[in-house]
Amino acid sequence: MSNIKSYHERIENFDWKIAEKELDYEPGNVINIGWYCSDRICQMGKADKPGLIWEGSTGVEKRYTYNDIRINSNTIAQFLKDLGINPEDRVCLFLDKIPELYIGFLGILKMGAIAQPLFSAFGDESLFIRLDNAQTTAIITQKKHAPKVRKIMDKMPYLKHLIIVDADPGKPLADREVAFDLAKAGKVDHFDIYPTTAESPSVLHYTSGTTGQPKGVKHVHYSLISQYLTAKWVLDLQDDDIYWCTADPGWVTGTSYGIIGAFSNGVTQCVLDAGFSADNWYRFIQKHRITMWYSAPTAIRSLMKAGEEVIKKYDLSSLRHLASVGEPLNSEAVIWSERVFGKPFLDTYWQTETGSIMISNYPGMKIKPGSMGKPFPGITATVIHPETYEPFNETGKIGLIAIRPGWPAMMRTYWKNEETYRKKFQNGWYLPGDRSSIDNEGYFWFVGRDDDVINTGGHLVSPFEVESALLEHLAVAESAVVAKPDFVNMEVVKAFVTLKPGFIASKDLDLDIMNFVRKKLSPLAMPQEIEFIDTLPKTRSGKIMRRILHAKEWGEEIGDTSTLEND
Amino acid sequence: MQEVIKKYVIKEYVEDDTEVTNDTPLISGGIVDSFSMVSLKRFLENKYQISIPDDKATPEAFDSVNKICMLVKEYLK
Repeated sequence: MSNIKSYHERIENFDWKIAEKELDYEPGNVINIGWYCSDRICQMGKADKPGLIWEGSTGVEKRYTYNDIRINSNTIAQFLKDLGINPEDRVCLFLDKIPELYIGFLGILKMGAIAQPLFSAFGDESLFIRLDNAQTTAIITQKKHAPKVRKIMDKMPYLKHLIIVDADPGKPLADREVAFDLAKAGKVDHFDIYPTTAESPSVLHYTSGTTGQPKGVKHVHYSLISQYLTAKWVLDLQDDDIYWCTADPGWVTGTSYGIIGAFSNGVTQCVLDAGFSADNWYRFIQKHRITMWYSAPTAIRSLMKAGEEVIKKYDLSSLRHLASVGEPLNSEAVIWSERVFGKPFLDTYWQTETGSIMISNYPGMKIKPGSMGKPFPGITATVIHPETYEPFNETGKIGLIAIRPGWPAMMRTYWKNEETYRKKFQNGWYLPGDRSSIDNEGYFWFVGRDDDVINTGGHLVSPFEVESALLEHLAVAESAVVAKPDFVNMEVVKAFVTLKPGFIASKDLDLDIMNFVRKKLSPLAMPQEIEFIDTLPKTRSGKIMRRILHAKEWGEEIGDTSTLEND
Repeated sequence: MQEVIKKYVIKEYVEDDTEVTNDTPLISGGIVDSFSMVSLKRFLENKYQISIPDDKATPEAFDSVNKICMLVKEYLK
């Protein structure tokens, strides 16, 4: 029997107090995610249960019981406190998917600071923008990523500590740098958890928009209520599950469900810190007898691309429940997974700002392949008219997805950007920026973004950020960046570029520009294709008409060009 | 060819002093991610004046300098 049992009955009788009661939380009391994800599980008699089974790219394995997680997160919390980190200081986790990332996240929360996870493939420019906005006090990283931080250290006087978890012993460290080896650190069995309450800030995740710099999405400790319950009812986490969330905690799925949802439910979770290969993923499932697998459409389509022969080499019969997030899951992928794994991937819809699953397919509910599913119990979601912001009275109309604010994991603001935060609300609705329709049975069907943000492999890339980086290249005069359709990643970045006098388009220049953006921003933001053109389409006032270039890439009607310059 | 490719991989994708041999796992080892594979493929195509079909540019085929050399040689013929 699934945890949610009957979706319809849950809708009828829903109250977030269900989660509060299960977590023994009373409004007004202390609520600390770090404690709930480790100490509490130990107090429930699961101290010796494996909480984290980690495997690195060389096959080395590390195992942590819940008691290990408790003690190690205490150890990190104490270390940070002794360094002089204060509650609500921002502590950045700039790490690969190593145990220190998962345990360090809990340690930061335990001592009351704000965890700021950043994707370890970020280039120095992407890193600086986010650290500068957050005025980050400390960064926890690996020696392999430290050079990117060192490049920008001088621009960050507020950064007090660069903590390196695998520094070479005996190798001198620079000013502000400190070594911390979790395996060798003196273990802290007891740590006084900082008494955070419901609205105490917990996590700062950065997300990209169409314009302006990335926004820091501020979450609070009360988000646990949503994350715990959605992990239990949607991901159906049960006591004997072996869970694998493939997301990187540099992004919100990796923290909401790769750390908080998993550990607060007390399951055993496995982490594979290695690049993608179908063989390796199936081997991992077989080896650890994974039962619940939460992944992303990009990964699923990459597995489809790898073919079915490779699947036959492995015993994947342990798989019990599959779910997906990041971008819409196409119906072919749902049908394919049902055929090859005997179970469909259930699509879930949410975003960094929502903090937890909003619309989803549920165990036991009829699945319509290609549909996003229905709102989670307690979530009021609809589709509204893009101009009046009123819900449609009829089904099948395409409009903006709108969610009534007030669920526990809702972001509390954008860091130092209250104005942009307020713009996310219209007529009492929170607008995630996506378009969809609702059918006559209440299922949501994703249509697309309502802005120019590029969703590549489930990660949002701002065209503005890429265009800005392109302009810093010596040869680039102007640029426009749009999404280009892609089978695996749904969308990839495509750049249209005009060159400065004296530069000639060539394959080598094309590669040079690609690498320039990759190193400056991230591999996700690197244009997968660059088209050199003489002029960019602009309005008479000089604004680049990105939508014309987008329409061309997607084979769509160009639409109104009355404002086009030189038309 | 191995030296040229290895040198390029180190220059473009390795941030620290991680040692890269001809057999070091590049993709599964997390040195080159799936997005960056596109730029590595572009380098090979430019350098060796070849065209590698997208369906041959798999994570497995790009997983080490030696494997990349085998792939490139296939299209040099």
